Amino acid sequence: ELKLCSDCTHIISCTVSSVKIINPLYSRLYRSFLFFVSLHKPEIKLESLKEDIKDFLKTSGWEKKLQNAVYSELNVFPSPCHPAAPPEHIKEPLAYMRKAQGSWEKRILKSLNSMCTELNIPLAQKRPANEQKELLNKWNEMGTDEPDLSLFRPVYAPKDFLEVLMNLRNPNYENGEQPSFRNHLGLIQVPLKVKDIPELKEGFSELGLNIGQLGIDDSAQVPPEFFENEHVRVGQKVLAEQDSAAAQQYVRQGCPTALRADLWALILNISNQPEDILYYEQLKSNVIQHNLLVDSLIYKDVKLTASNDDYYFVFEDYLYQVLLCFSRDTSVLEHFAYSSATPPKSYIQGKLGMEEYAVYYPPNVNYNSFILSVAPLCFLYHEPSKLYQIFREMYVRFFFRLHSISSHPSGIVSLCLLFETLLQTHLPQLFYHLREIGAQPLRISFKWMVRAFSGYLATDQLLLLWDRILGYNSLEILAGNRIIFTKHVKSAVLADLSTLKVMPLLQIFLFATVT
Amino acid sequence: MAGKVKWVTDIEKSVLINNFEKRGWIQVAENEDWNFYWMSVQTIRNVFSVETGYRLSDDQIVNHFPNHYELTRKDLMVKNIKRYRKELEKEGSPLAEKDENGKYIYLDFVPVTFMLPADYNLFVEEFRKNPSSTWIMKPCGKAQGKGIFLINKLSQIKKWSRDSKTSSFVSQSSKEAYVISLYINNPLLIGGKKFDLRLYVLVSTYRPLRCYMYKLGFCRFCTVKYTPSTSELDNMFVHLTNVAIQKHGDDYNHIHGGKWTVSNLRLYLESTRGKEVTNKLFDEIHWIIVQSLKAVAPVMNNDKHCFECYGYDIIIDDKLKPWLIEVNASPSLTSSTANDRILKYNLINDTLNIAVPNGEIPDCKWNKSPPKEVLGNYEVLYDEEMAQSDGTDRDLRGRPGQSTGVKGSRARDSGKPVLTTWK
Repeated sequence: ELKLCSDCTHIISCTVSSVKIINPLYSRLYRSFLFFVSLHKPEIKLESLKEDIKDFLKTSGWEKKLQNAVYSELNVFPSPCHPAAPPEHIKEPLAYMRKAQGSWEKRILKSLNSMCTELNIPLAQKRPANEQKELLNKWNEMGTDEPDLSLFRPVYAPKDFLEVLMNLRNPNYENGEQPSFRNHLGLIQVPLKVKDIPELKEGFSELGLNIGQLGIDDSAQVPPEFFENEHVRVGQKVLAEQDSAAAQQYVRQGCPTALRADLWALILNISNQPEDILYYEQLKSNVIQHNLLVDSLIYKDVKLTASNDDYYFVFEDYLYQVLLCFSRDTSVLEHFAYSSATPPKSYIQGKLGMEEYAVYYPPNVNYNSFILSVAPLCFLYHEPSKLYQIFREMYVRFFFRLHSISSHPSGIVSLCLLFETLLQTHLPQLFYHLREIGAQPLRISFKWMVRAFSGYLATDQLLLLWDRILGYNSLEILAGNRIIFTKHVKSAVLADLSTLKVMPLLQIFLFATVT
Repeated sequence: MAGKVKWVTDIEKSVLINNFEKRGWIQVAENEDWNFYWMSVQTIRNVFSVETGYRLSDDQIVNHFPNHYELTRKDLMVKNIKRYRKELEKEGSPLAEKDENGKYIYLDFVPVTFMLPADYNLFVEEFRKNPSSTWIMKPCGKAQGKGIFLINKLSQIKKWSRDSKTSSFVSQSSKEAYVISLYINNPLLIGGKKFDLRLYVLVSTYRPLRCYMYKLGFCRFCTVKYTPSTSELDNMFVHLTNVAIQKHGDDYNHIHGGKWTVSNLRLYLESTRGKEVTNKLFDEIHWIIVQSLKAVAPVMNNDKHCFECYGYDIIIDDKLKPWLIEVNASPSLTSSTANDRILKYNLINDTLNIAVPNGEIPDCKWNKSPPKEVLGNYEVLYDEEMAQSDGTDRDLRGRPGQSTGVKGSRARDSGKPVLTTWK
């Protein structure tokens, strides 16, 4: 019997490890399988074991779960490169991008360190017991606290980051100092391949004019029988099947509001299991035990943005909960395997330079109003632990690319270049006009893209846009979307922007532009 | 087209005056000939009082009904609703159906309420049934959260009654009368915060009843985290959502003013709770507004010179049941934020488009059914004539919010009358 079990284990672990499934899933599968074995003990024969396992995987729903897990990994990890390629090439293939990212990180770190010295506060500190108790008590209402944060300044502003991107140059590419018609007239001067309209049309084919879209074909003028009812029915079927790949395909046409939370969780492969909730609780206790310098920065960031936002102020307390936990979550470190960024290291007091005393500090924080990428999710998930996991997954899949320098097509550099190239090619007059009057279009648009439009659109419109980010596993749509805003609201005041419908304009730009 | 509308107002609010001026109307003094008078509730009392009252001519309209207080005073509203329920019960109407606990199934939408001091004994009886309950005391004639406090012990009531006697006034006149209502201690919380809904409803005539719902209502959030614990009973910032009260809280934010649009609420509820329950909630809200208007319609002086825009205050509990708290005759036209200003300007604009067709000199004998195109952000909530001509008005067998689903919300979105939804 023992032999039988170890055989099972072996076969399972082969199945599982061959697809590089992460540990928690493995242990759950293993437990579930042992339970199956204990139920059917007498009938199990070694000869038919393989078939039995296959049957078991199918009937128990594990086949789907494994499929979804594999699919999720495929979405996140880059396509395999040459086996001899060193790991830093997986992070970022271009040396000058790696270098630029490196010096950007140094600059941030320096800024953080000097803030510590200036204010005479440590990077991290254990909280005294009474403070811990106090924080625990007000965990759900951290927003009511009003500490004096006037001395803390944001580590950098979006325009500082844009400045760095503008100064990027490819040393192997001579573009001359004299402006000529061969130069790119925008602010981004690195030669990266970005898509043109025909390629975008092909990539985003489901946004085509004759395909039903939520955000367009569900407006009040269109009877729901034409598209919406059927689309909702299909969405319910996708959910019933629990198929990640189908869900991702489905959301390209937009999610019905009532199904969005579940569909996104399915695509991101988040199921909020008891161990996930436990994990979140552990992070929470880490927050309670230790005080980090970045906490104050997060706090200040929330106060400056979300607390004043017409849509998000309601969720202020959720934002602290998610972001403070996020800043301490070491599992996020895994994403640095495929990110151009590297987490900063810090050394335990008195052990400077000794690798065994090095700690990552803080594992993950971006100092650029990235909180606004959490806020819209509060409309979908009201349990903090689920909200947290969804955000973390969105971050390691998408949002980190908006805060690091890389040549990835969804990276912020490519998005900026895509935006400028599209504008220059298809709306040249507008482009030159804005440039002439000293309003380089990217200067205005940069903030929008870095924040994935959060804070700039009405939430319903924003969620429709994010549907497509998830559906196409790409941020390129942000650049396309920013074009339509440049085009349609040249001089409009911000208040009017919130009434703009995004999807119809985007569709027209991509599919009705003459190329 | 005869001359321009001559207007008067005793409420100096820019959202009003800008709207009048936009129409090219001419401002006149109160003692001159006027066509349109936007007045406070104090003034309307004089206009229609027996001694000073003047006869309004056909080309004059005002923004209140003479006895609007039948709806907008807390005690009278409850009295009228109680009477309405009894009448329906007597008629054997299916609307007055009760559940096994003796509660109305469709008409139980106002928290249990008594008048004080008149109904003191009834209150005590009810209180003893559930001694751990919390009650809210409100003066009948005051607004903006003034004079409101919470109690959870009988001794507190006794103390209050002693104190008010010693403070020299005798609470015989109805002005000092209080209502005491069961406090909704399980409100729906969003982001951990309590809120109520402010919805605008326009009535152009009571008999036949014709009312419109304004699509752009909002939620008002408390700035302090909600806690049902009794130790916080004194902290009004936790319990009251009135902007007038919240403004004095330390956390009051002058950019959004604690206000969230109803479309945000809908998006949140639909995303987290599903479409069906969200539609049901909004249908029930519409239902209780119409029922409250039907309850007062028979006693309302349906003066043809009048229209009225009400501010409905509604609280939603954690089972997504809406409760009617009170109705205001003069909803605040003060703008606390930029968005608020836009909203209130549009509210007045759309109200005037319905009340004063084409901005021309009014003729109060017009049939008061404006074409759909002029409704703006209003949508027909109930039109008694239309309902009767459909022959369905006497046939109220359906339950509120049941037969709706997608169709109900659709009808609202496209501006069609929603009266079909809960029939």
